[in-house]
Amino acid sequence: MSVYKPLTGAQATAEAMRQINPDVVAAYPITPQTPIVEFFAEFVANGLVDTEMIPVESEHSALSCVVGAAAAGARAMCATSSQGLALMWEIVAATPGLRLPIVMPVVNRALSTPINIHCDHSDTMGTLTIGWVQIYSENAQEAYENVFLALKIAEHPDVLLPVMVMQDGFITGHGVENVKVLDDAVVKEFVGQRNPDRYLLDLEHPYTIGPLALPDFYYEVKRQQEEAIERAKEVYLRAGEELAKITGNTYPYFEEYKSDDAEAVIVILNSAAGTAKDAIDELRAEGRKVGLIKPKLFRPFPYKEYREVLKDKKVIGVLDRSISFGSYAPVYAEIRNALFELDHRPAMQSYIYGLGGRDIFKSEIKNVFEELLSGNVDSEKQKYIGLRG
Amino acid sequence: MATYQDIVSKPTPLAPGHRMCAGCGIPAIVNSIIAASDKPVIVANATGCLEVTSTIYPFSAWNVPWVHLTFENAAAVAAGIETAYKALKKRGKIKDDVNIIAFGGDGGTYDIGIQALSGALERGHRFLYVVYDNEGYMNTGNQRSGATPFGADTTTVPAGTKSIGKTQWRKNIVEISAAHRIPYAAQAAAHNVVDIYNKAKKALSADGPSFLAVLQPCTTNWKYDTALTMKYSKLAVETNFWPLYEIENGKVHINYKPKERKPIEEFLKGQGRYRHLFKPENRYAIEEFQSLVDEEWERLLKLEESGAKL
Repeated sequence: MSVYKPLTGAQATAEAMRQINPDVVAAYPITPQTPIVEFFAEFVANGLVDTEMIPVESEHSALSCVVGAAAAGARAMCATSSQGLALMWEIVAATPGLRLPIVMPVVNRALSTPINIHCDHSDTMGTLTIGWVQIYSENAQEAYENVFLALKIAEHPDVLLPVMVMQDGFITGHGVENVKVLDDAVVKEFVGQRNPDRYLLDLEHPYTIGPLALPDFYYEVKRQQEEAIERAKEVYLRAGEELAKITGNTYPYFEEYKSDDAEAVIVILNSAAGTAKDAIDELRAEGRKVGLIKPKLFRPFPYKEYREVLKDKKVIGVLDRSISFGSYAPVYAEIRNALFELDHRPAMQSYIYGLGGRDIFKSEIKNVFEELLSGNVDSEKQKYIGLRG
Repeated sequence: MATYQDIVSKPTPLAPGHRMCAGCGIPAIVNSIIAASDKPVIVANATGCLEVTSTIYPFSAWNVPWVHLTFENAAAVAAGIETAYKALKKRGKIKDDVNIIAFGGDGGTYDIGIQALSGALERGHRFLYVVYDNEGYMNTGNQRSGATPFGADTTTVPAGTKSIGKTQWRKNIVEISAAHRIPYAAQAAAHNVVDIYNKAKKALSADGPSFLAVLQPCTTNWKYDTALTMKYSKLAVETNFWPLYEIENGKVHINYKPKERKPIEEFLKGQGRYRHLFKPENRYAIEEFQSLVDEEWERLLKLEESGAKL
């Protein structure tokens, strides 16, 4: 039986990890991820899991240990945020090429400098090009369920890639919600066991992993990696269907909220999508045709599916919680890319909001819709919500 | 006790056909160490000479399970493997016992890898970390490392009209490791296979982390004839430049004391990286080198004599 528990996003993630009971977890504190590994350490200390935990000396070693453990044949996890993700970047980039199925929850936090512990998406948006599957979560419930989804995708033989599961720092990570927690036995059956076909501890079959590949083979390895992440698109949907059977929720590439008949649509991911839904409800009550698309699977990016739902829209606003300095913001750039094949493209506007944890208000999102519907948009100009003038 | 013949007659986990330089001592070091294990071995390798020459895809010279991730984290990767081993053993998924050995060069150990090494030693993972120490970033062409000795000419601190090359003594990586209160840390040299083997045996039987620094003269960048690697390794020991010793549960024991230590010049001469020290204006540096070696040796003798725990 599922039960509702008051949990923070971090706690919900730790709860998912408890139910998975991985072989190995490496832990390093980094605000606002820290409660995940703290809660999990308590589970270890009290025998609620029998995971071997490694309290490492850095984020770089956290993922290095997890890679070593996964290569050895274990189901291994770690979690991080911001500066921690930046410090481990070398290993983040190295992991997909080894084709190791690692799940890493990431609690989004602004990147230094200036140093700031609050939410934006500059940490994970900085890792878009290096081969991790990325799933974003609006709230603690999604953060919880996406961990299971991620594990299924990562370990699928057609994929074998690492997966990041995102949630917003503090807003989701430290905010308490009523989370529907699945029955332990149900999760246990859903996640099963990791059954690698090659691993270091298979001593009968010595295995070389991580060799040097020069210009004669490196290219092919990377092409195979690309094919694998493309396959993750389909695997995401299939794994989602399977997960839906135990959660009752659905796992599309993106959530469509009152967007069907909408003239103006905004695209916004993670927690601010919740605020946007409230704004949309109020505008809808006034008869305005507005809606939301909330990205969930961000890597691989389902371009065609976005194009299908956005092609007939009059105007689209994309709200990014990070800047891609010197170019279009990351989410905006993807949506813009998705529409290239259309003969008649919707009008588009890029907005930046909420950097370093600045709040975004319902009134600001309503203003965005007003602006979009007024036609005052410029697809080449980036606007800033809530920026001090 | 194993004889030289016993050791070299064992199967070689690092098979012939690798692409190490002619005259390189690394294969002998690696094979002697793994030969000392009475359990199957899993190797975690840092980026460096050993890694790039033994696994050029689609080939692998390794007959044992082997993993390479990046440069500075062989100790962390080994820690992950050791933890996975504990977890899978506990859960009944594997039966056999294993030994886990990390190999790194001095760049990947003394410098960029020291944090991961320190963390893994402090946490007490049961594994052996081996540094094959060729005293610089030799895989990439002789750049200075924290292991490069005084007076050496490297590409990043070259000898020149106003420079004798490196002006600092090397880090004492064995004592740094021992300072983590690990059960076993030792120093060995490429030419003495029996000593390497015996030390690896002790290290692998230790209940906790162990550390082994093995001098690996580099024909390519120390710049001497490829036939002379073992000669230079031996001279490093005979001059007390590289004493053979071990620190067992904190206590120092010197494994070999030359009856009459040879002057450091005998180690330096013939090596291209020290050629400049023999110019009249640099002779003072050889004297300084000699006194540094003698001071270190005296200190080591005192540590041994005192019987105190480090």
